[in-house]
Amino acid sequence: MTVLQSKINPRSDEFRANFEAMSKAVGDLREKVAAIELGGGPEYQARHTARGKLLPRERINRLLDEGSPFLELSQLAAFGVYDEDVPAAGVIAGIGRVSGTECMIVANDATVKGGSYYPLTVKKHLRAQEIAERNHLPCIYLVDSGGANLPRQDDVFPDRDHFGRIFYNQARMSAKGIAQIAVVMGLCTAGGAYVPAMADESIIVREQGTIFLAGPPLVKAATGEVVSAEDLGGADVHCKTSGVADHYAENDVHALQIARSCIANLNRRKPLELATQPPRAPLFDPEELYGIVGTDLKKPFDVREVIARLVDGSEFDEFKKLYGTTLVTGFAHIHGYPVGIVANNGILFGESAQKGAHFIELCCQRRIPLLFLQNITGFMVGQKAESEGIAKHGAKMVTAVACADVPKFTVLIGGSFGAGNYGMCGRAYSPNMLWMWPNARISVMGGEQAAGVLATVKRDGLERKGESWSAEDEQAFKQPIIDTYEAQGHPYYASARLWDDGVIDPAQTRDVIGMGLSAALNKPIGETRFGVFRM
Amino acid sequence: MFNKILIANRGEIACRVIKTAHRLGIRCVAVYSEADANARHVAMADEAFLLGPAPTSESYLRADKIIEIARNTGAQAIHPGYGFLSENTDFAKACEDNGIAFIGPPASAIAAMGSKSAAKAIMQDAGVPLVPGYHGADQSPALLKQEAEKCGFPLLLKAVAGGGGKGMRVVESMAEFDEALTSACREAKNAFGNPDMLIEKYLTQPRHVEIQVFCDQAGNGVYLAERDCSVQRRHQKVIEEAPAPGLSDETRRAMGEAAVRAAQAIDYVGAGTVEFLYDVDGSFYFMEMNTRLQVEHPVTEMITGQDLVEWQLRVAAGQPLPLAQDEIRIDGHAFEARIYAEDPDHDFLPATGTLRYLRTPSENRHVRVDTGVIEGDEVSVYYDPMIAKLIVWDDNRERALSRIAQALEEYRIAGLKTNVRFLRNLALAEPFRAADLDTGFIEKHRSLLFPQSKLDRDYCLVMAAAFFLESGREGRINEADPWSPFGRQNAWRLNSRYARPLQLAVGDEIHDLRVLDLDNGYEISVGDASYRVRAGLADDALELTINGHRLTVHGHLDGDDLTLFDQGEQFACRLHRETFGESDHQGDASLSAPMNGAVVAVLVSAGQQVARGETLVIMEAMKMEHSIKAPVNGVVSEVFFAEGELVSEGAELVALESTVEEAS
Repeated sequence: MTVLQSKINPRSDEFRANFEAMSKAVGDLREKVAAIELGGGPEYQARHTARGKLLPRERINRLLDEGSPFLELSQLAAFGVYDEDVPAAGVIAGIGRVSGTECMIVANDATVKGGSYYPLTVKKHLRAQEIAERNHLPCIYLVDSGGANLPRQDDVFPDRDHFGRIFYNQARMSAKGIAQIAVVMGLCTAGGAYVPAMADESIIVREQGTIFLAGPPLVKAATGEVVSAEDLGGADVHCKTSGVADHYAENDVHALQIARSCIANLNRRKPLELATQPPRAPLFDPEELYGIVGTDLKKPFDVREVIARLVDGSEFDEFKKLYGTTLVTGFAHIHGYPVGIVANNGILFGESAQKGAHFIELCCQRRIPLLFLQNITGFMVGQKAESEGIAKHGAKMVTAVACADVPKFTVLIGGSFGAGNYGMCGRAYSPNMLWMWPNARISVMGGEQAAGVLATVKRDGLERKGESWSAEDEQAFKQPIIDTYEAQGHPYYASARLWDDGVIDPAQTRDVIGMGLSAALNKPIGETRFGVFRM
Repeated sequence: MFNKILIANRGEIACRVIKTAHRLGIRCVAVYSEADANARHVAMADEAFLLGPAPTSESYLRADKIIEIARNTGAQAIHPGYGFLSENTDFAKACEDNGIAFIGPPASAIAAMGSKSAAKAIMQDAGVPLVPGYHGADQSPALLKQEAEKCGFPLLLKAVAGGGGKGMRVVESMAEFDEALTSACREAKNAFGNPDMLIEKYLTQPRHVEIQVFCDQAGNGVYLAERDCSVQRRHQKVIEEAPAPGLSDETRRAMGEAAVRAAQAIDYVGAGTVEFLYDVDGSFYFMEMNTRLQVEHPVTEMITGQDLVEWQLRVAAGQPLPLAQDEIRIDGHAFEARIYAEDPDHDFLPATGTLRYLRTPSENRHVRVDTGVIEGDEVSVYYDPMIAKLIVWDDNRERALSRIAQALEEYRIAGLKTNVRFLRNLALAEPFRAADLDTGFIEKHRSLLFPQSKLDRDYCLVMAAAFFLESGREGRINEADPWSPFGRQNAWRLNSRYARPLQLAVGDEIHDLRVLDLDNGYEISVGDASYRVRAGLADDALELTINGHRLTVHGHLDGDDLTLFDQGEQFACRLHRETFGESDHQGDASLSAPMNGAVVAVLVSAGQQVARGETLVIMEAMKMEHSIKAPVNGVVSEVFFAEGELVSEGAELVALESTVEEAS
């Protein structure tokens, strides 16, 4: 094993400036997350707890094993998307250990708009299920939701990836032996009633949980029958009479204990096939990533400095080190799990793309998970590159990435532009998880370039009509485009729309990837079959 | 010398005897009850025979069986230890009749000393000083009352056939006399089958000083100095020492010679102890003679360098005394602390339970531990709750005291209540150091001996939290993926920190702590204070650094119950978890047995209506009666035990259905 050396100087002005800028960005992220963790705010939280209910995060804390980590997904979902605040899109999702088993937990936050499903709530719920299905993680739904957000029903109800998909997923996962456990801790109305009804086992809390296809107001409107929510679909009805629920819980804590027992009875064993080893911390402080990377995408850095702060013992065996040097590939361990790392160290050329494809083939052959560290402005352009076949070389890498059936993880550590995003396992290539650093930006191309392209087109048009375009006018034309790109390429914008699984503190990257790997290894690693590589 | 003996006893004394016998090349036969099948004395012996069920009347008191076993196995002698059959004339006689040597005095000597009043008469004739009082055969209450008046108050009522504090009462005034007499007689009758009482002047500041005597079969007698056993609770010895502090050589000689005279007056053979009350003015009075090897004999061994069990064996085998009087030397000072399963905070009530965790100080020429138990053994209701005797020796009293305090600090027991902390406080108490002794010592210095714990509550909670956190690190590993980051119990959160709650119950009080995991330790908060803690647990030793303060404490975890040992103090707490039964709201915990014991009375039957507070069952445990009362109005649906049955702690005694007064 080769131990990476670090050449950075933490006392240099550049390092300090970078460090300060990234610290600020991370600080802002943590502030935003802290606010989101308050859910619907103190008033709604107080109202919630006054009913004897635990707050959703507290429910998760008590559901998890003592001290278990919790890898939360899409913390920034719906951030700034709707006219009103919908923190975390009103649903908390993440992976943690319950009774020794890694589980996907999806918890409605009734303090946020009654836990109702906005379009992004649905998307987040479905994404959590997708990860669960992909990684064979048992699902625990802590249900406390009024169901679909009625004013937005057109974006919630009818389409394939809308509300109904939740139950489709439950059925399909159950069929694959991925346990579906529902804990009814509040409302479970209409479509929501299917979450416990479709679950393998369901638990309902006395005098809190209710399950019904239509609530008392709708029943009254439809049939004139007047009935209380508890009599209509409370724990007594469903545990003693209807059999819709299986376990009767005295209160939230009791319900969570029962859920833990349900998981303990799954009779699961993690099918780990990798040659793991005891984890060792990197030799360098992960916080130094702040000073190495900074927030200015134009400032280059050696990605090996990043790798040295992510991998066990900073040990990294590089593959094809001297060939296609703008892509760094090699083997390392993260939290004891072997990984193949594919990292950008400049623009992608034909050689680097071929090297990437080769390395991905190696990892698939050996069933080694892949980690992509994206910092890419794109593939090389220009006559020379095109004539050398950059398109087919790029396509080889894209084919390799698309077909690779080992667990894949992508972290956007800088720019993610254009086809580079594809070759480096962007969202469209279904990595098991995709994360962004606060300094990262994602768009089809840079804002400057986009504005430049559009300005050229416009100038050409104007000039064809014999009109002239002043430099000021051109700048005035370009600025909003640049601003829009900047805003839409920002990690918060991306994360709010679930283009990723979350924005993370660079210093936590190693842990995030380690947990992602651990979760992914609940499913046996399959055989990869590649498509045709254009030679 | 014998080549095979039987030890008709159990516990530490059986082990003690086996040790010396084995050193002398004598094979040992042990006997045991069903409760003692895995006991240490059984394991130590070369052979062992089952006597019967746990109760002593069916096991260790079965003289017939023991003699039969001795005969069958070819044991030439029987060592009775102390207690049980050691002062039973019939047994001594039966041994003689069967040609087995009884390692103790002849039956006649036991008989002579067995009745206290008769013994006093013999002593009076032999010129041994006696405490004023009445030792007559006429037991009419009127006469006893008259004699009491004559003797003066305070006085002591004592069972003629008694011992061990049973059937004994201190009577302060005439007003208390009748009641004290009635209850003492009843107790004596129950314990010894003989209600007869004697009356003695009660010395207000007496010391209990006893002389170890030894006589051989040729009639030679020596004394091996004295022991001071003044510190007593419930009239039972707690800590003994030799020699007695402040006793002049002349007094020692006078007492020693009186003791030998007493022994020779009854043709004594073997080890015996003559107990005296030693008054502040230097006068001493004969109290009684114990015709056996005493519990506290090791302190004598420590200062004389002699093995008294070896002496017993030699004398019983017909050999002369190993030393003559002028060859017996006293060197240094020795203490013995009796480690009991008992609760000093509740009037030293005996305790029962399992020795879940037992660590003893390491033995050397200064420290000796005589014990019959090992970790995992149970201290049951059937036998004496003494766990061990800790004996120390040093050049002088002061150094010996420091040693015993240190050794007690290293004596760590969890699983049941013990008097270890009390003993340590006793050893450290200034009046004890100053040898300001009398039999009322404990009462007199109560505040000194029962101090508030010196341990800081919050600090203890932090240590306990660290112990729980560190011990929880093992056992949660997913074996299929041992190094998964999900297995790190650091409550990791993305872009956030989670200070997890930890609730520790101390008694009924629940303390809320918060634990924030750091890269190399914890930040533990109790109330407003927070502590940076690094910890490492190796076996039972927790190495800690709390805000820079480095220390080691020991602990024992039994399920969720933790006992921490720090500087001779104990801190017990329990990891509090919210638990929920299956929809059972009947508060019936109080209908279960509060401790191991026997049901002495069942006052209700199935179907009976009872009112809240009504006594349902009376149990006797540890010589105390406990009433089990109805917690609510209700109807008895079932009674699970009958009178006389033995029950284990926690066993449900009665099922009660509450008649709920619905507030409509």
